Amino acid sequence: MDLPGISPVLLIASLMVSATPILLAAIGETVVEKSGVLNLGVEGMMIVGAVVGFITAVNTTSPALGFVTAAIAGALLSTIFATLVLFFKSNQVATGLGLTLVGLGISALLGKPYEGIKSPTLQAFEIPVLSDIPVLGPMLFSHDPMVYISILIVAAVWFVLKYTRIGLVLRAVGENHDAAHALGYKVIRIRFMAIMFGGACAGLGGAYISLVRVPQWTEGMTAGAGWIALAIVVFASWKPWRALLGAYLFGGITVLQLNLQAAGVAIPVEYLSMSPFLITILVLVIISAKGNHGAPASLGRLFHASN
Amino acid sequence: MADALLKINGLTKAYPGVVANNNVSFEIKKGEVHALLGENGAGKSTLVKMIYGLVKPDSGQMTLNNSDYSPVSPNAARSSGVAMVFQHFSLFDALTVAENIALGMDDAPKPRELSKSIELVSHAYGLPLEPNRIVGTLSAGERQRVEIIRCLLQNPELLIMDEPTSVLTPQEVEILFKTLRQLKEEGTSILYISHKLEEIRALCDEATVLRHGEKVATCVPSKTTAREMAEMMVGASFANPVKSSRNIGETILSVKALSSSSQDQFGTSLKSINIDLKAGEILGIGGVAGNGQDELLSALSGELKTNANAIQFNGEPIGELGPIKRRQLGLLSAPEERLGHAAAPAMSLKENTVITAARRMGLLKSGFVNWSSANDYAEEVIEDFDVRTPGTHTPAGSLSGGNLQKFVVGSEVLQKPEVLVINQPTWGVDAAAAASIRQKLLDLADNGAGVVVISQDLDELLEISDHFCALNEGSLSEIVPTAGLGMDQIGLMMGGSTASFEESAQ
Repeated sequence: MDLPGISPVLLIASLMVSATPILLAAIGETVVEKSGVLNLGVEGMMIVGAVVGFITAVNTTSPALGFVTAAIAGALLSTIFATLVLFFKSNQVATGLGLTLVGLGISALLGKPYEGIKSPTLQAFEIPVLSDIPVLGPMLFSHDPMVYISILIVAAVWFVLKYTRIGLVLRAVGENHDAAHALGYKVIRIRFMAIMFGGACAGLGGAYISLVRVPQWTEGMTAGAGWIALAIVVFASWKPWRALLGAYLFGGITVLQLNLQAAGVAIPVEYLSMSPFLITILVLVIISAKGNHGAPASLGRLFHASN
Repeated sequence: MADALLKINGLTKAYPGVVANNNVSFEIKKGEVHALLGENGAGKSTLVKMIYGLVKPDSGQMTLNNSDYSPVSPNAARSSGVAMVFQHFSLFDALTVAENIALGMDDAPKPRELSKSIELVSHAYGLPLEPNRIVGTLSAGERQRVEIIRCLLQNPELLIMDEPTSVLTPQEVEILFKTLRQLKEEGTSILYISHKLEEIRALCDEATVLRHGEKVATCVPSKTTAREMAEMMVGASFANPVKSSRNIGETILSVKALSSSSQDQFGTSLKSINIDLKAGEILGIGGVAGNGQDELLSALSGELKTNANAIQFNGEPIGELGPIKRRQLGLLSAPEERLGHAAAPAMSLKENTVITAARRMGLLKSGFVNWSSANDYAEEVIEDFDVRTPGTHTPAGSLSGGNLQKFVVGSEVLQKPEVLVINQPTWGVDAAAAASIRQKLLDLADNGAGVVVISQDLDELLEISDHFCALNEGSLSEIVPTAGLGMDQIGLMMGGSTASFEESAQ
């Protein structure tokens, strides 16, 4: 396909940027769900991260500080969810949906005075040597640090889940919380920490939207990124690298359809806009169609300690 | 005389509204197999949980090797040398054998070393295991091995076993007992909890009997009869079911070459099953769980439809009929899972009777539910089957397992079925209630109904059934008269080796 104005180098470079928020949210939620908790509040935590990160960055002129506070804000918001679900045994689905609504509301309130301001953004970090490689350099190695950090987080989550004892315990808790409790593991504590990790990741993802992708604040600017992150976790069969694949696929099609729109392709805009959601889910469904889906067996179930 | 390993002195634990353990004292000697006996709800599991550090006692002391022992967590219990094999929920299906074992150890070695020692120890005790298998793919017996090996790798001084044989074939029980005797020889003490009195008589040196949370007796099992022990547990004598000679009538239910694939991904498909049930006959179907019991029940109840001629009721092909039509004809069934399958937990007993008995007992009037006759019927079941409940408005889910089971069985039996198919009629039911349920099934057959009892409790099947057969991987063994059937033959039938069975029968 030879379309004017679409260069593969730029396309791949911008798909990584476009996918990073979803990737961060999805990898956080993967950990949460691996521990057996379904947190549908990803969208809410993302948008709170977006607004808090934006406010901090504008006031301190430091985007890095913006990301840190965004992570803290996401984690704090998630503790509300964790407390309700783990200690008061509230329904996870309803509580998660509530968290999203709360997050959207809080962010609109906090962000009102900041509408129309431009935030300082992250500088691209050109990896020495690697970024000088022709084609691959500008494509893969000339991004802002958060792109690399997000990939590092994926690698770390994969490694911890697969090779470390704490990862094994986390999977065990998500697999059978009664058995884990019977063996003496602190189910509630492990889940609380997993939920906070998920909140922090979602916060980072949100801040990436308001500080890098669109360096300004608009109400409701996450626009469903949290929901697609949730879908990616499921269709990635709770596997970290597959979540990365899903996020990049979604990011890639988003960028591609924007380019196609700009190039004036004769497909109605509505179809192009829905295409990333449609194609990502289709591809992941096909990937996960056969074999073991690997849903954590205790996912979404309430845990009552027997004593 | 050997020294005491664990001394328990005056342990008490109360929950809101119920005292689970009241001033319980006993001791376990070194190298002793000690049985803990009691009905459901007698406080066995709470007591064991206190020993294993899962529950903190309200008062009382324990000493282990003459020093204070008050574990705050299972980890503390394990590091003091106390290990436990659970009856349920202690394995992780999606993880490998080695990962499961690592989770039960406090300082698990590196995966490669662990795999090696798993192979070593499991062979040494005659319980071979492959470390890299996913636990979800293992049989019940193999899964139990995982739990036992997990404990043995930590060289425990005291091994607690909660109902270890409920899922095993007689042969597997023999292997387990061999392992336990080997452990005993090596000086390990074992606290053994079981309902199966004959096993306790064969294995245990001493027994402590609990009733309503209190210790009521001790005995030496090898010198006590099973009946005496059962009466200690119940606190009263109870009538054993009486099997009278019955008039066996015409064939009422016949199943011919019934095959069907399971709807469950991990289920067992039925392979060419043949059954011939006569009026007034009780057919017992044994077998280890997961060999097609649920599927057979669904096929007979009508949840799973088959081709019309595979199942015939009074000569009529009914294989294509659904449960409601079969119930109208007089073929009733009660599945194993009490909550959610045999009864709707959140609905009252009265509402539950409408679900099962609406048509047969005329609880519907021109499309409307006749609640007063539903209430009368529920009360009749409660009365007749001695269900302990505040009333017919009580939600089914709030009844204890035994009481709900009596209600479920009762509401089927009182509909006067021509054939009743029942899966695990006395699972998790205390001895006295189990005896009364069995008696009701016998009475039902006396009155001319055909009864199919699917159960994993062999003693139960031998006690009440006229004919016996076993399910193995979805195939049914030959149907033979129960009278004169030996345990080794039954074991072979359950293992599916019909060839050697025929030899031994000759």
